Amino acid sequence: MTTARTVATIAALTLREASRRRVLWALAVLTVALLVLSGWGFSRLAAESGFGTLTSGQARLVASQLLNLVMFGLSLIAALGTAFLAGPTLSGETESGIALSVLARPVRRSAVLLGKWLGLVVFGSGFVVLAGLAQCLVVWVTVGYWPPQPAAALALLAAQTIVLLTLGLLLSTVISPMASGVVAVGLFGATWIAGVVGGVGEALGNEGVARVGTVSRMLLLTDGLWRGAMHAFQDPSAFASFGPEGAAFPFLSDASLTPTYLAWAAVWVAMVWGLAAASFLRKDL
Amino acid sequence: MSLEVRRGEVVGLLGPNGAGKTTVIKMLLGLVHPDAGEAMLLGRPAPDPAARAGVGYLPELFRYQPWLTAAEVLALHVRLAGVGVPAPEQRDCLSLVGLAERAGDRVGEFSKGMQQRLGLAVALVARPELVVLDEPTSALDPLGRADVRDIVLGMKSRGVAVLLNSHLIGEVERVCDRVVILDGGRVAASGTLAELLGQRLLRLQLTDLSPAAQVRLAATGDVEQAGNWFTVTLPADDDATAVPDLVGDLVALGARVHAVEPARISLEERLLGILRAGDEGGAGGGDKQ
Repeated sequence: MTTARTVATIAALTLREASRRRVLWALAVLTVALLVLSGWGFSRLAAESGFGTLTSGQARLVASQLLNLVMFGLSLIAALGTAFLAGPTLSGETESGIALSVLARPVRRSAVLLGKWLGLVVFGSGFVVLAGLAQCLVVWVTVGYWPPQPAAALALLAAQTIVLLTLGLLLSTVISPMASGVVAVGLFGATWIAGVVGGVGEALGNEGVARVGTVSRMLLLTDGLWRGAMHAFQDPSAFASFGPEGAAFPFLSDASLTPTYLAWAAVWVAMVWGLAAASFLRKDL
Repeated sequence: MSLEVRRGEVVGLLGPNGAGKTTVIKMLLGLVHPDAGEAMLLGRPAPDPAARAGVGYLPELFRYQPWLTAAEVLALHVRLAGVGVPAPEQRDCLSLVGLAERAGDRVGEFSKGMQQRLGLAVALVARPELVVLDEPTSALDPLGRADVRDIVLGMKSRGVAVLLNSHLIGEVERVCDRVVILDGGRVAASGTLAELLGQRLLRLQLTDLSPAAQVRLAATGDVEQAGNWFTVTLPADDDATAVPDLVGDLVALGARVHAVEPARISLEERLLGILRAGDEGGAGGGDKQ
């Protein structure tokens, strides 16, 4: 059997698993709740605090921040969903014995792992892009704000999800399914907090504190990619209106991502995937 | 260790807990990596996926994707095996294990016994040359066990090689042509059932036994007496005349024959004998194992 067919079969199986497990329904319910709540919130904002009384610049600023805030909720849902899907799909199958009959077929373990990863990537990115686009439309309909680079922003959100699920996959080859999900989400949260701490450091001009954010962003890329996505969602003038203190605000980003950082993200994903493969290949079932 | 399973042959793997039966199977299938040495399967090194192309496997820990239906599990395995098995043949496979009615039901709703039946179908569906069954009846009721026996004998008649790991000695005794006894990761004994079990025994209930009749009895082979029951060891080269000749002679010599029944050293007794002999050998060497 060719490796390509194994990869495609396992990827399709992973997608089917995602669609049939309750995770999908949990994700869908959370997402719809978030969309409806944010739609209601944005419409109240437009009606009561009166976008009419704000200058157009201020209105765009508020809309940018709120969009970023809601998108953060969305990326958190995506992180939880994929991390808790990536864990069980590999270590859960190894523990339960499902993997025994699959891996006793004439298939390479690396092809099975690649198929799982690909299925999760399609699922996670598909969710983030669809839900993110829906959110952008909600904001556009309610307050008339459309982000400057929606495609880049959604792609970066998808990249953030891919980073986290790849990490979840690596963790699930060494620890139990639930633990791998918890650790992946914990690291995601820790990096975000480190990013906020770094932002405060920048605003205060404290280099040592600012470095916390930079270093954590290099080690786990979710926060860096998230900041890149925020930058693409927010109004270009938003950050300028805050001045240097804006760096401390967690739902604004001061700069778009450099190509070097994006290349590092690709290398990081390849590296973590390679580690996951090495660990999975050596595993006794 | 070396293990041979020829086409159309059922080989049983026996041994105490921890003897390495499941480990040997998993090494053959590339699921466990040997600490040293190499495993070969169908003439190829075990880690090579192509070696597993003609192998069907029912693991001891049988679990299948609970979110798939039974028919979908079979379709998945057919695709993974890279064999073009048409849908009707897959359905036949499910009905062979008694799951035809449940083809469209999710595996998550199946009982343990039904999952084991499904596992058997998974092992059979991709037209294997070698089928490895690890404790295939552990979750089955007596009816299910009989079904598995019939299925194994059916495979054998189709020329499939079957490696059966079971601690149910009776099951092994009924279906296996040859038996390999593992102990401490080594082959302690192997051979056909006749070779392993050796001589046949005959139990007779006799009264009015004259001295001449006793001599005739003793001439056949070793005799053990318990009340009026006599157990006689039949000659190994028995050409099926020993029993009628003996009974005819005993009657002619005035003995009254109440019962004649074949007896055999059971595989269980033989297995225990081999394993105990191995233990004593180890103790004699002064080594703790």
